[in-house]
Amino acid sequence: MPPKQALTPNAGPPPRDVVAAIRGVSKVYSLGGHQVKALDNVSIEFRQGDYVAIMGSSGSGKSTLLNVLGCLDRPTTGQYYLAGQDVAVMDDETLSRIRGRYLGFIFQSYNLIQQLSVVENIEVPLSYQRPPMPGGRERCLKLAELVGLSKRLGHRPTELSGGQQQRVAIARALVNNPHVILADEPTGNLDTATSHEIMDLLDALNKAGRTIVMVTHENDIAERARRIVRLRDGRIESVAEVRREALPAGG
Amino acid sequence: MKFLQQLRLGFRSLLLHKLRSALAVLGILIGVTAVIWLVAMGEGVSYQAQQQIKDLGATSIIVRSIKPAEESSRSDSNARMGISYGLLREDFERIVTNVPTIGRAVPMREISREVRHREQFIDGMVIACTPEYFGMNRLKIARGRAISEIDMSSYANVVVLAHEAAVKLFPIEDPLGRAIQIGQEFYVIIGIAAERSAAAAIGGSLDARQYDRDVYIPLTTFRARIGDRVFTSRAGSFQLETVELTQITAVVDDMKEVDATADIIRALLQRYHKVVDYAVVVPKELLEQAETMRAMFNVLLLLIAGISLLVGGIGIMNIMLATVTERTREIGIRRALGATKGEIVQQFLWETVVLSGTGGLLGVLFGFLCGPTVNGVRFGVRASLPEVWAALPPNIRNLEPRLAPWSIIAAFAISVGVGIVFGIYPARRAANMDPIEALRHE
Repeated sequence: MPPKQALTPNAGPPPRDVVAAIRGVSKVYSLGGHQVKALDNVSIEFRQGDYVAIMGSSGSGKSTLLNVLGCLDRPTTGQYYLAGQDVAVMDDETLSRIRGRYLGFIFQSYNLIQQLSVVENIEVPLSYQRPPMPGGRERCLKLAELVGLSKRLGHRPTELSGGQQQRVAIARALVNNPHVILADEPTGNLDTATSHEIMDLLDALNKAGRTIVMVTHENDIAERARRIVRLRDGRIESVAEVRREALPAGG
Repeated sequence: MKFLQQLRLGFRSLLLHKLRSALAVLGILIGVTAVIWLVAMGEGVSYQAQQQIKDLGATSIIVRSIKPAEESSRSDSNARMGISYGLLREDFERIVTNVPTIGRAVPMREISREVRHREQFIDGMVIACTPEYFGMNRLKIARGRAISEIDMSSYANVVVLAHEAAVKLFPIEDPLGRAIQIGQEFYVIIGIAAERSAAAAIGGSLDARQYDRDVYIPLTTFRARIGDRVFTSRAGSFQLETVELTQITAVVDDMKEVDATADIIRALLQRYHKVVDYAVVVPKELLEQAETMRAMFNVLLLLIAGISLLVGGIGIMNIMLATVTERTREIGIRRALGATKGEIVQQFLWETVVLSGTGGLLGVLFGFLCGPTVNGVRFGVRASLPEVWAALPPNIRNLEPRLAPWSIIAAFAISVGVGIVFGIYPARRAANMDPIEALRHE
C-alpha cells in the first residue's frame, strides 16, 4: 500500500501528466447553526489514464468530493487544479465552462433529458462549448455506435432500458472529449448483468486512455478500477492499488 | 442554426404538457386578438368620423366675402352707387395659380331669391357655381344631370334643384324638363340633387345652412342674367351691392397642409385687398376635435389591450414557474454538462417566447377574422333581434372595422415582449438553482 499523498498546500500547479489534483481541500457546511466538515484536508491526484474508485459509507464525504471534483461545488479551503488551472477560486460562469470543457458526468439515475432523443441527449454538452466544437453531429453518431446504440438514435429515454440509458449517458460524457470522466454510482440502478456490461464499457474506455473517477459502494465494481480511495469522516482513510489479476480480460 | 435549434427545443419542451401550454397560449391569443380587434373598431369609428368631417370639408379652406363696415367700403362715398366688396374673379385666378398645395378650387356666387313655379314658391338660395361644385360638396344627382361645361360656355338657362326645393315647387308633377322662375328669368330644370345626409352629426357643424333649398345655376349664366350688382334689402332699405364671388372653396390634397395653405391664401389676399372684406375659414376645429377624440379612444384601447396582455403574461409566468419546478432535474443536468446561468435563462426565455409568440401569431390570425365576425354579428342581430338593431345608433350599425397594420405588428411584438418580461423571473429562478440540489431533485 503506497503512502498517502503528502499535504502540499500552496504548492503551485501539479506536473503536466496530472489532469486533476486537489490539495488540502476542506469543505465545511453549516447545518442548523453548527459546522459540519464534509471534507477535511483531502489531497489527491489523478494522472492521465487513471481509473480510481472512491468508496466510503454514506456521510464519509464521497459525494462532496465528487461534487468538488465536478466543479459543482467549491472547496471551503484548499486548491483544485484541473487542466493546470486552480478552479477553486473561479466564478460560476467559468466553472460552468470548465465543466463543459474538461469533465464528463455519468450519474446513477442516468439523468437523460426526457424530451430529447438519444442523439440529442449525446449532443447536449456540445451546445455549451465556447467556442463550438467542430464536427459535433458526426462525433455523436460515432459515440452512439461505440456504446452500441446506433440503431436507436431517434428513441426517447423512456423507450430505452436502464442499461441503454446509461450507455447514452456514457456517450454523452465522452462527447466533449473530457479530461476526466466522473461517474457517480454508475451501476447503482442496474441489475448485475447490465452492471457488468456498463463496467466493461468503462474499462474499455480507460484502456483507451480515459481518466475515470468513480464513486461506488460495491466492492466488485470498485475492483474494476486501478486504485481504490476509501473515505471516512471526510478524510482519506486509505488508497489501495488494485491487483491486475482482479481485472477481467478485455472489455 | 442556433436560433432554430433553440426554437425547436422550446417547442418540444412545451409539448411535454400540451394542455397547459395551450392554455397559456390561449391567454396571449385572446390578448393579441383583443388588441387587433379593438384597434380595428377604433380605426373604423375614427375613419367614419374623418369621412364625415371630410364631407364637411376638413381638407377644404373656405374663403368668403364679407361686407366690411360701411365707412371703409371699397367704393366711394356715393351711396347711390352702392357698395362694392368681397372676392374678385381675379382673386380666384390668383389663388389657383399661386398656391400649389391646392388640389381644386371652386368659385361660387350665392344670393337669396324667391324661386317660383306657378303658384308654388320658396325663398331659396340661388347658388351660381361651376360643374366641380357638385363633386366638391358631395352633392349627388338623384335624377337628370348636373351642370356641365357646355352649360357654362353657352350661358344656358338651366337649373338643378335641391331635393326639398324640388318637392316644394313640384308637389305632383315631375320637375325634370320644366321651368322655374328666378327673378325675371326662366330656367329649365335639368337635374334633381339627392337628399343630402346631414353630415353635421358630429360635434357641431361648420355650416348649419340648409342645403335642401338650394337651386344651382351655372356661374356664367348668373353673371350674364343677374350680374354682379344686385339689390338687397336690409333693414327696410334697399341697397345696391357689387360682389363678384361669394365664396371660393379650395380643397387641399394633403390634410397636413391645410393650415399652411390657409396662411398663404390670407397673405395673398392681404396684398390685393385694402380692407378685409373676406374671411378665410378653416374647418380645423372639427379636425382637432376628431383628433382629440381619436387619441382618447386610442389611449382607452391601449389600456384595455394592456390589461388583457398583462393577464396573458401572468398566465405565462404561472406556467413557466410550474415548468421550472418540474424540470429542476433537467436544469441540474444542463448545469452539470456545462450550461452557464445565462444559458439556462436563455433556454427558458426561448420557451416563453415560443409560448407567447405562438399566442401572438394565432392572435394575429384571429385578428384578421375581425371584419367577417363583425359582419356576422351584425347580420345575426339584424335577423334575430330587429328591434335591438333598430335601436342601435347608425355609427354602430354602419361600423366597418379597419385592420391597422401597425396594430398587428405592435400586438405581435408586445406579445413577444410580454413573454420575455414575464419569462425573466421564472428563467432566473431556474438559473439560480444550485446544480447539486437540482440534480438530486426527484
